Amino acid sequence: MKVEELVEGLLSGNRRALARAITYVENDYPESKEIMKRIFTKTGKAHIVGLTGFPGVGKSTLVSKLTEEFRKRGKKVGIVAIDPGSPFTGGALLGDRLRLDGMDSRKPLWTDPGIFFRSMSSRGRAGGLAAKTGDVVRLLDAFGFDVILVETVGAGQSEVDIIEVADTSVVVMMPETGDEIQINKAGILEIGDIYVVNKADLGGAEKVERWLKYMLSLDEESVQMLSQMTHADEARVASGEFFERRKGWNPPVVKTVADKGEGIAELADAIEEHFKYMKETGLIEKRRRERMKRELFEIVTDDIIKLVKEKTNYRDVIEKLVRNEIDPYTAAERIVEEVLKSGEKG
Amino acid sequence: MEKKIRVLVAKVGLDGHDRGAKVLARFLRDSGFEVIYTGLHRTPQEVAMAAVDEDVDVVGISLHSGAHLALVPKVINYIREYGGNPDEMLVLVGGVIPTDDIVELKKMGVDEVFIPGTPISEIVEFIKIKLPEKRKKNES
Repeated sequence: MKVEELVEGLLSGNRRALARAITYVENDYPESKEIMKRIFTKTGKAHIVGLTGFPGVGKSTLVSKLTEEFRKRGKKVGIVAIDPGSPFTGGALLGDRLRLDGMDSRKPLWTDPGIFFRSMSSRGRAGGLAAKTGDVVRLLDAFGFDVILVETVGAGQSEVDIIEVADTSVVVMMPETGDEIQINKAGILEIGDIYVVNKADLGGAEKVERWLKYMLSLDEESVQMLSQMTHADEARVASGEFFERRKGWNPPVVKTVADKGEGIAELADAIEEHFKYMKETGLIEKRRRERMKRELFEIVTDDIIKLVKEKTNYRDVIEKLVRNEIDPYTAAERIVEEVLKSGEKG
Repeated sequence: MEKKIRVLVAKVGLDGHDRGAKVLARFLRDSGFEVIYTGLHRTPQEVAMAAVDEDVDVVGISLHSGAHLALVPKVINYIREYGGNPDEMLVLVGGVIPTDDIVELKKMGVDEVFIPGTPISEIVEFIKIKLPEKRKKNES
């Protein structure tokens, strides 16, 4: 399909065009840049919700139940579910879709035109997402989905890329995955806007809930303590945007039993409330500004590296570096100069 | 980057025999394919829409129920109805299929039928060789 056909189809609600556009973008076809350019102004309306957590805590089942709940509330739901791709063979077994509707074919989730489900492989990338997740989410956004659920690879402890894509990050846990020290570790357990204790019918759910709440109360104290320090600004810089990220919002802890549908309405409420809160306080713009800055810099960096490869004799410079004839800082300065000069000429 | 071949491994209808489909899914993964497994008891509509939305290159339907002549053409027709193009993809069937029915299925648009005992390497080779061939034929 041609770019024109794809973009027009996608914007007029043709699923086939959407599916094919995702393939182009996922595989970084030459046409993908043009597609993204043309649809970008149509994006920015959807609520992007990320779900992350250890493997087997029930992310896919929660996605299925949330989809059902949001459909009941009249919302159209797009889903991007990422599973790990093998760093050895490049292959992947994408097994998130099969949880959709929990094998209850009386529920028409698979054929509901208000639902679009796409499985993606991480293709060996760390961080919990596939490389093009952000752009795929934008295609779904432009197509007109109200809520876009992004399910990460079953993540370990530091796979926090989801915050680069999602407006609302939901961290899913379950009983018996560790004690309060685990819960106070850095990484995935710092990023939640909402915490879920799934499989709450198993013993130990209350303990996890209590530990989570305790951890979150410590967050508040940390913020207070930091702000009272004489070098509060430095501390804020050192702690990154972390405390700024959820300033004023107390992440709720929701208990669910996903396969029985318990707690799903409460979770959907919490997700909607967080979106409302972010819009009212301007937090959403702040987050999106940070994200756009990062993305812009990434693209500019890629473009500059491309220029360096095209316009300079960087290979010779590398050889000189290997022979210790020049240091990398001077080399970089010279390459930047060369690129700038080539711009003046061309 | 070379595009990864995406394969939908589907179980259709009232048929609980999924060992073969799961083993196949695993070996296709090891052969470098991106495999989407549907789980049991899907309807032809569900499989067809999954094939279109996931934009797969290969649809592999596993049946051990004897209902292949009824269900397989439905999957193919629904793919078309949902805007997909079965001529751009390979449609494969696996399971206990009588020899006469293999001829019938091929007339209905199935590219190949694999019966129990087929070495998985044969299926992998078939996909790698026939997919580009069929695409080329479809384009010209």
